[in-house]
Amino acid sequence: MTDKQRDPAEGAGPQSMGHEWDGIEELNNPLPRWWLWTFYATILFAIGYCVVYPAIPMLHSATPGVSGWSSRGQLAAETAQAEAARAQMTAQLASVDISTLDPASPLMRAAVEGGRAAFRINCVQCHGSGAAGSKGYPNLNDDDWLWGGTMAEIHQTIAHGIRQPDDADTRLSQMPAFGRDGILQPAEIDDVVSFVRNAARLEGASASARRGAALFETNCAVCHGANAKGGREFGAPDLTDAIWLYGSDREALTQTIANARYGVMPAWAHRLDPATINMLTAYVHQLGGGE
Amino acid sequence: MASHDDRSGKGGGAKVRLYARRPDIFPRAVDGFYRRLKWAIMAVTLAIYYVTPWLRWDRGPYAPDQAVLIDLAHRRFYFFSIEIWPHEFYYVAGLLVMAGVGLFLVTSTIGRAWCGYACPQTVWTDLFLHVERFIDGDRNAQFRLKKAPWGMAKIGKRVAKHGVWLVIGLLTGGAWIFYFADAPALARALIAGTAAPVAYGTIAVLTATTYGLGGLMREQVCIYMCPWPRIQAAMLDERSLIVTYKDWRGEPRGHGLKRDAEGNAKASAKVGDCIDCNACVAVCPTGIDIRDGAQMACITCALCIDACDQMMAKVGRPRGLIDYATLEDCRAEAAGAPPVPIRRTVLRPRTFLYLGLWSAVGLAMLFMLGARTRLDLHVAHDRNPLWVRMSDGSIRNGYTLKLRNMESRPRDVTLTLEGLPGATLWGAMQAEEERGATLHFTLPPDRVSEQRIYVRAPAADGKGQDFDFILAATDSEGGQDRDRSTFERPEEQP
Repeated sequence: MTDKQRDPAEGAGPQSMGHEWDGIEELNNPLPRWWLWTFYATILFAIGYCVVYPAIPMLHSATPGVSGWSSRGQLAAETAQAEAARAQMTAQLASVDISTLDPASPLMRAAVEGGRAAFRINCVQCHGSGAAGSKGYPNLNDDDWLWGGTMAEIHQTIAHGIRQPDDADTRLSQMPAFGRDGILQPAEIDDVVSFVRNAARLEGASASARRGAALFETNCAVCHGANAKGGREFGAPDLTDAIWLYGSDREALTQTIANARYGVMPAWAHRLDPATINMLTAYVHQLGGGE
Repeated sequence: MASHDDRSGKGGGAKVRLYARRPDIFPRAVDGFYRRLKWAIMAVTLAIYYVTPWLRWDRGPYAPDQAVLIDLAHRRFYFFSIEIWPHEFYYVAGLLVMAGVGLFLVTSTIGRAWCGYACPQTVWTDLFLHVERFIDGDRNAQFRLKKAPWGMAKIGKRVAKHGVWLVIGLLTGGAWIFYFADAPALARALIAGTAAPVAYGTIAVLTATTYGLGGLMREQVCIYMCPWPRIQAAMLDERSLIVTYKDWRGEPRGHGLKRDAEGNAKASAKVGDCIDCNACVAVCPTGIDIRDGAQMACITCALCIDACDQMMAKVGRPRGLIDYATLEDCRAEAAGAPPVPIRRTVLRPRTFLYLGLWSAVGLAMLFMLGARTRLDLHVAHDRNPLWVRMSDGSIRNGYTLKLRNMESRPRDVTLTLEGLPGATLWGAMQAEEERGATLHFTLPPDRVSEQRIYVRAPAADGKGQDFDFILAATDSEGGQDRDRSTFERPEEQP
């Protein structure tokens, strides 16, 4: 604008506003027309937008807008759309016997992916995001199963839970608290610990372990088996392998025998639909230890 | 630029504008050596542009048979026998480096030859100018037509001109999209109206840009929009070949002077060879006067050389009053030295330096292209869980393998481990009983496939261990790739 030739006397150029300070004059340079019209157009657009869409905040919610659109409504519609798209697969998964499904079939792959998502919502609190578990919560990746690692057995465990009194088909067993209930004396418990650690090749043979063998035979073998390899019908762990749910040192084993353990898991059939339970079964089975 | 400012000032008067009005430029048709060279180059470049997508190249059953194809959907670039994957994009970077050095090379040898002959803007503008002259007539007829009142004849000519321009634009945009899809199939779909909307959209945009840039904006693109003239200005020096008016020979201009048989002016004072006929200005596609000296708006199309040579022949003076020359040679000539042949300018150390650089990049790329592996293995260790203790006390780790088979056929491969004693491996989809020291499988053609595998090894002393996965093809062609990973073990005892 500086190169404009201005001569107020001839009326050419921008009009003076009549102010002058030290020879500097205020001039009236109007905005360009296109700019003004664009500005007016944005105002019109804003008014139209307020009428059509939710815009003005009120006490409880914003004004609804004539189009009736809302972000919650859009989310609901999109969720319904996604569920409708998945409806056929979900229906199939709800009715199928998951243990007979071909591992390479698309339905099985969908089940595994669905199970991965459901696992993250329902199971990671105890079993961990990698299903590796922690003390008292079994690792689902390994080849050691308390109640069985076939599809059908995993399905049964998930659906009916472990030690759930409200569910008739739940996995139920109870280890006696040998110390607390006075079945074994502390010295005897110490001998059983020695025997178990010897059976698991964690320590060598000893007089204590030999005494413990007789005590094990009388008190423990009914559930854990004469060879201490456990029994799945009672959820009794294999005591000779390398996997220890509550720890394998003397202190932990003494605790376990004296006070017993009573691990529980919810019966998910009361909380999740059949399709989701099938999906969880498929997911857990393919973690690397499925039988 | 001086000439531009002069004309844009005209008619300014009372109203001062922020932008200079575009002056009317109606270049006159001219014939001569450089014009014919331009014809030839235009024919070759347009032929390359339009014909290339229709060339076929057999690549077997798993790959397209189009010789040059940018397959965006499958992320592949096919160029005859070369197939570029997205992870090899550095080849494209290399090509750009070559293009850059190539422009330096061309500029240092023959000046702005790219601008004058091969730039698409120049080629299409030239084409559009020919269309304009064919319909509206030559320079003077176009000036008259512009001033003439609107009548049936003028409307007819304008409609015809813009119509032909739009058709050229349509064909230009239409040819462009054939580089991105199978040309015959896409052509059929386009005509049947079943092609993808993006195809029609691309054609529409490119039609508009071709029409706008080549028909309406023309030299404005070169003068105001293109960065190349500015870069070029920094690269030209006293020894660069440019189109030069030899003012020592032409000045003072003898406008309308009679000359004798030897071409010497009869009038008293010395008169130069330039007869101020303005032929060089009339043929210039950017509307400049070359006699003002070297300037950015000159794209060195050399049409003024043709025009001036014709004039010099008519008045019986030697050709080359306007000619390709370096500023240095011009000065030497002015001082009385004989004209320097062009090859002396072309063959100088700088040319060979750029040529060497350009060839080095090209050879390096060819070598890498020839030596690249067609089989690629990338291993990612499971992050959660890092390890799994098995009931027998051994440790299992999980890995996700990305296997790239760049051949357009399925390949049988073997996966083995190196540096992990006592380890066995098996696929996640297999039963664990099938585990062993090697794993065999078939890679699908022309694809990156994914495999989950497990490795089981003794617990050892509880330390992690680095080892290699080795992927080897078992077919006759062979080839292998390896990737390093770690076997993680728990530090604490059970």
